Amino acid sequence: MDRNSKFWFLHSTIDAFDTFLRVPGTVTRKGSHVRDAIDLKRILIIVVFALVPAAIFGMWNTGYQHSLAIGQTPELWGDFWFGFWKVLPLFVVAYVVGLGIEFAFAQIKDEEVSEGYLVSGFIIPLIVPVDTPLWILAIAVAFAVVFGKEVFGGTGFNFLNPAALTRAFLFFAYPSKLSGSACWIALRKGETMVDATSGATPLSYLGEGVNAITSAGYTFKEMFLGTIPGCVGETSVVAILIGAVILIFTGVASWKIMCSSVIGALAIGGLANVLGATDVPAYYQLVMGGFAFGTVFMATDPVTAAQTECGKWIYGFLIGALCVIVRLFNPGYAEGMMLAILLMNTFAPLIDYCVTTAATTRRAKKATIA
Amino acid sequence: MSNNIDLKKGLDIPISGAAALSVASTVTPDIVAVKPTDVKGLLPRLLVREGDRVLAGSPVFADKKNPDILLTSPVSGTVAQVVRGDKRKLLAVLVKADANQEYVDFGAKDPAKASSEEIKEALLKSGLWTAFVQRPYGIMADPAITPKAIFVSAFNTAPLAADTEFVLGDQFAAIQAGVKALSKLTEGGVHVSINNANCAASPFHKLEGAVLHTFSGKHPAGNVGVQISHISPIKKGETVWTMSLLLLAAVGKLFTTGKLDLTRKVAVTGPVAKNPAYVEALPGTPVKAFAKFYDNAAGDVRFISGDALTGENVTEDGYLGFYDNQITLLHEGTEREWFGWAKPIRNKFSSQRSYFSWLCPNKKYDMNTNLNGGPRAFLMSDVYGKVLPMDIFPIYLVKACMAKDIEKMEKFGIYEVLPEDFALVEYVDPSKNDIQSIIAEGIDYMIKEMA
Repeated sequence: MDRNSKFWFLHSTIDAFDTFLRVPGTVTRKGSHVRDAIDLKRILIIVVFALVPAAIFGMWNTGYQHSLAIGQTPELWGDFWFGFWKVLPLFVVAYVVGLGIEFAFAQIKDEEVSEGYLVSGFIIPLIVPVDTPLWILAIAVAFAVVFGKEVFGGTGFNFLNPAALTRAFLFFAYPSKLSGSACWIALRKGETMVDATSGATPLSYLGEGVNAITSAGYTFKEMFLGTIPGCVGETSVVAILIGAVILIFTGVASWKIMCSSVIGALAIGGLANVLGATDVPAYYQLVMGGFAFGTVFMATDPVTAAQTECGKWIYGFLIGALCVIVRLFNPGYAEGMMLAILLMNTFAPLIDYCVTTAATTRRAKKATIA
Repeated sequence: MSNNIDLKKGLDIPISGAAALSVASTVTPDIVAVKPTDVKGLLPRLLVREGDRVLAGSPVFADKKNPDILLTSPVSGTVAQVVRGDKRKLLAVLVKADANQEYVDFGAKDPAKASSEEIKEALLKSGLWTAFVQRPYGIMADPAITPKAIFVSAFNTAPLAADTEFVLGDQFAAIQAGVKALSKLTEGGVHVSINNANCAASPFHKLEGAVLHTFSGKHPAGNVGVQISHISPIKKGETVWTMSLLLLAAVGKLFTTGKLDLTRKVAVTGPVAKNPAYVEALPGTPVKAFAKFYDNAAGDVRFISGDALTGENVTEDGYLGFYDNQITLLHEGTEREWFGWAKPIRNKFSSQRSYFSWLCPNKKYDMNTNLNGGPRAFLMSDVYGKVLPMDIFPIYLVKACMAKDIEKMEKFGIYEVLPEDFALVEYVDPSKNDIQSIIAEGIDYMIKEMA
């Protein structure tokens, strides 16, 4: 596009849509004359693709929980459409606000629009309670994108996961609206819950032990399948595992981080069992709350995770471990996953520093043959 | 060969257009170029004038800092033109070749009996000194230095690279003489690395006076830099020299015949090459001499002296490089594909499983020069290390080079690498950064600051 064109002030936006439709015709100038077919658009669309099962299940579950709460007989399509129209506005707000800021900043910096937010914008609606007021969501997204990402230079330079930051902002800035047991189930105006349901998530019973979880009506199987209240996309471990398989098979996300996070959660959960801190079995930790979603989709964010292969094992392990520690020893705030991810995001560079320094020291000591 | 070094990391690029193992013709070009730009670190001083007569082996350029280092003409003839670029930078001297070639007689001698001084002198006078590449930094070798060791890779894993056994298998005697000569120049020995896959078939496992190593694995297993890092990593303060097997043969011939003979079998390759095959040619041969292999009527062919990953874009008016025995012809991929990135199936190769090219592992692809995306910040972290079988953190080194942080560049191994070692890292980069030139700039910065 010509710099003198009167639409120059929109060139990043126009470029973004143009290259979205057609692969750019740019050829290599320096270095390798041929390049791999892969680009960031492809990688990020794979992540979105992997998120789709969780999103579809979340929409259905939103309707299903609504039917249960008002004492209606659940039916498949009715529940799905109810959830679809409840969740769609969250997607619209997350994308419009987030992409709007991305486009504006790309234009100001005179750069191409990076595709990173395509994934963040898909994750954010899935990790908030379905009844989140849209204006609050808009503020949280704006905060996360501007202060979590753009001020550091945009996608690739951020050290905190924007989606995790959005959720942290929501829960700390608007605690009254977004915690407790009222926000997890979508109700239409005038509807009230039937007495048998409480609307609380299994996590809120964690402090009271495994019997409290069971007596509230939550079994391991239900929590694994995801037919429980919770954030939109985080409840179904089955749907998340489908995504995990896609991510691991395509090599887009690190299986090391996923594995070590599960190991970390089981280790601390098991230790807590042995020491008598809780009687909730360690494997319950894997299916409750945002653990599975966070492990598969957020801890593995390549920008904010550890960059070294050895560092990934440490990083993932500590996320799993910290998540369970927060859950068990912090009764005021049951969901530890996003805090664990944000904390480890800040420590990832330190882990990498230690790993690379250890490796280069070892290399310097290596004997030479010649 | 019990101590084979097996490299797990790497990537063979399935590009179509491999040269058939036959010599299609001998190119006797009218004009041959001597290019000082081929040699990194050479500051050229012109020694000839237009109209001067030169023999094969006559000096054309000398280095300004070290006048003993010469670039010589590969043919006999008359100097037709001195080509200069911006700021009168010397780009090339064009020599119009005679019909009958005459050679400068450097005098045949037995390298086993010659002293190191005699060998150095012969290499310097004949212009073959520039066959050495000095590491760190990949520059012209300094004759005043005794290197820790000299490394030669006896196989090439680069895409469509000339088949070493076919190209040099009949020059065993010359290479043996070259090894004997080089072993006089270092205490650490001449290390020759052979491909484990055809180690027994390769004549080079019979080389005497060399320390032999075998390597197996995908590209870049044949890169001498990768081999050095597994045989004896270069530490700060150490210097090693490397030489290609191709030029080692020329060094050997210098001692056995007393003549500078740079003739080589050049592989003309690439997806748009017609009937790709080998051609006998000299360095400095114009690309246009290979005209029967391509059709550039539409102006959409990229002409590369070297391979598709590390070669130089020389254009149709360019010349074959001093170190190269390969021409790669690619289509300039300026076409724009609708929804290319979103298509589930696409006739393009990807090393990653996001595309389905992994389903046909033996398929060859008509690759072109399209970038396949737009430049972005570094996002992914694990794709790069998978194609670099060296004990370093590639992206950390790249970022240190971008930041021009000498301490970190040293820490992450700038002394061990050349841009060519990062060619595959650049190839797989989904963020489409020009990683080889970032490394090259880092190396230039080191040369400037550490001098």
